[in-house]
Amino acid sequence: MTTDTTDSPVETTGLSTDHSRASADAAHSHGVRTSPGTSYADRFASTDPEAFEVPTGREEEWRFTPLRRLRGLLQDAPLRGEGVTADVRGVDGVTVQIVPVAESRRGLSGYVPIDRVSARAWAATEKVMTIDVPAGTEVAEPLVVTLTGDGGSEAVAGHLLVTVGANARASVVVFFEGSATYAENVEIVLGDGAALTFVSYQDWQPDAVHHSNAHAVVGRDAELKHVSVSFGGDLVRHDTTAVYDGPGGSAELLGLYFADAGQHIEHRLFVDHNEPKTRSDVLYKGALQGDGAHSVWIGNVLIRPEAEGIDTYELNRNLVLTDGARADSVPNLEIETGEIEGAGHASATGRFDDEQLFYLRARGIPEEAARRLVLRGFFAEMIGRIGVDVVGERMLAAIEAELEIAMQTAGAEVDA
Amino acid sequence: MSNLTISDLHVTVETPEGPKQILRGVDLTINSGETHAIMGPNGSGKSTLAYSIAGHPKYQVTQGSVLLDGEEVLEMSVDERARAGLFLAMQYPVEVPGVSVSNFLRTARTAIDGKAPALRQWVGEVREAMDDLRIDPAFAERSVNEGFSGGEKKRHEILQMQLLKPRFAILDETDSGLDVDALRIVSEGVNKARSTTDVGVLLITHYTRILQYIKPDHVHVFVDGKVAEQGGPELAEQLEAEGYDRFLAKA
Ligand SMILES: Nc1ncnc2c1ncn2[C@@H]1O[C@H](COP(=O)(O)OP(=O)(O)OP(=O)(O)O)[C@@H](O)[C@H]1O
Ligand SMILES: [Mg+2]
Repeated sequence: MTTDTTDSPVETTGLSTDHSRASADAAHSHGVRTSPGTSYADRFASTDPEAFEVPTGREEEWRFTPLRRLRGLLQDAPLRGEGVTADVRGVDGVTVQIVPVAESRRGLSGYVPIDRVSARAWAATEKVMTIDVPAGTEVAEPLVVTLTGDGGSEAVAGHLLVTVGANARASVVVFFEGSATYAENVEIVLGDGAALTFVSYQDWQPDAVHHSNAHAVVGRDAELKHVSVSFGGDLVRHDTTAVYDGPGGSAELLGLYFADAGQHIEHRLFVDHNEPKTRSDVLYKGALQGDGAHSVWIGNVLIRPEAEGIDTYELNRNLVLTDGARADSVPNLEIETGEIEGAGHASATGRFDDEQLFYLRARGIPEEAARRLVLRGFFAEMIGRIGVDVVGERMLAAIEAELEIAMQTAGAEVDA
Repeated sequence: MSNLTISDLHVTVETPEGPKQILRGVDLTINSGETHAIMGPNGSGKSTLAYSIAGHPKYQVTQGSVLLDGEEVLEMSVDERARAGLFLAMQYPVEVPGVSVSNFLRTARTAIDGKAPALRQWVGEVREAMDDLRIDPAFAERSVNEGFSGGEKKRHEILQMQLLKPRFAILDETDSGLDVDALRIVSEGVNKARSTTDVGVLLITHYTRILQYIKPDHVHVFVDGKVAEQGGPELAEQLEAEGYDRFLAKA
């Protein structure tokens, strides 16, 4: 493993601990974990792709994913180190670099790949994109990176490392555009008292495949807001883990997705409350329309025995707009200590609320406009909570475009 | 001068045991500028009448008609009815998360007028109506009915009545859950609409208290899905004193 933490701007002691724990786990749980009851924290991890068996699709962590559509990422499809180009709209105070793996601090977060795709991506990665916000730096404007796939037939591996030093504050937005079969690992490291809003915005062309595993470490009293927005792509499968490196940290994990006909959008989350007085707040909202639109949301939260006084809440809501669309939603809370402030989860999947539509229509608002209002309203709070204008504007436009599709579909149903 | 004429209205709701008859031949005519009170025991079908006129999909009309100036309301969609000039202040207003009151009001008024209201005038109109009803300006940016108290929801219903200027308004227990002051404020709101727009009002209530503020021209006793007796304001006093026993025994 190529892990070098010597020049780290963040406090590294805890991180090395994390790292050894990850390695230790790997040693302990060698072999493929299949039992659904096993803690998400005990996931087998390794940088060696061959240490993972090729999944059959019956494994708990793969059972929702249409494996065929991963285009051989799980097997042996060639992986290039290039094919996704970066366009950076920089901001003062934040350093963006693309550095060879050997010169990078890859692994700084303690992350070790947790599945065969991410291990293959790790092995194939040639260069790491590093985004560094030095300690004490405060940047109001978001750093915007646009990663555009060149549409090549060969899959691409990528690695992103975001470091935010102690007491620094910044926003980082990554837009994915174009087309690619992209296997990505993301590490996010927040130093003590740091605050980061990180947005991964999937605005791919309809044929893209995006497999991404993200691992975030939240320092003492640090605040992470991690946002995943998925509109485009044929298959998007993102696994996001947040762990803490000291007490008092908070992780807000927000997601918004819109799955159209044939699209598979999967978000898997794991918040590991491994430190006392930490907080997590997870809110993912999605809408689905069209035949074969499929969303998956897996929300795992673990509260370890040492994590006293923590507070966690996770919620997933889905609005299924048409027949033939399917939303799977699995919240999962494991509590190993009784000394907590609060812990809750909820999941709700439903259709348009007839009572809401009736109320609006009873005020003269035509049915189509009423549906638009309800749907916009459904997402409105997300836009507010994400709080990054460039993201909010793009989301509003994307929601309007989705509404156009919805109205055409509704029109077709009426005509039929 | 408009009129709303309900004739021989029969309505059922779907239940697991099959359709259940709720309205059993309602006859009632309201003219512009008139106020009719409907009183009747719980479960007698008052809200069913209100929702059926508004076109709620839960209720199936099996017989009868509802004419607005000779036009069959029952053939109109829910929103067409509202645009034709019908308004229902609901007993249980619905929460619509993420849709702000101000956006909702403007969208509704635009739909009903067929064009967007002139901005400056509209803002003034909304502010004045909210002021009259003692609704805090902050409510304009809140989501429709979300987290509103019972009384706040009722005020918000009357706010809409004032701003949408219907030809006929059905107020379903708008007085329930209001404190003494709110009852007066809401009643004044209704009276303002009555005096400025010639709206015909169908006021569903359990209490004569609101009728001291909003004087009805006619009172209808509603029992077992139809009008059992009609009279003037004195009928309301009598009901409050004696209850519905007389009518229930007869039914
Ligand atoms: N889905 C249903 N299944 C069975 N009965 C129903 C259903 N919906 C309504 N009802 C019945 O219809 C009857 C009339 O209800 P409605 O709400 O119109 O009464 P109401 O006169 O408005 O009563 P209240 O004074 O309590 O508001 C009630 O007995 C109610 O239980
Ligand atoms: Mg009622």
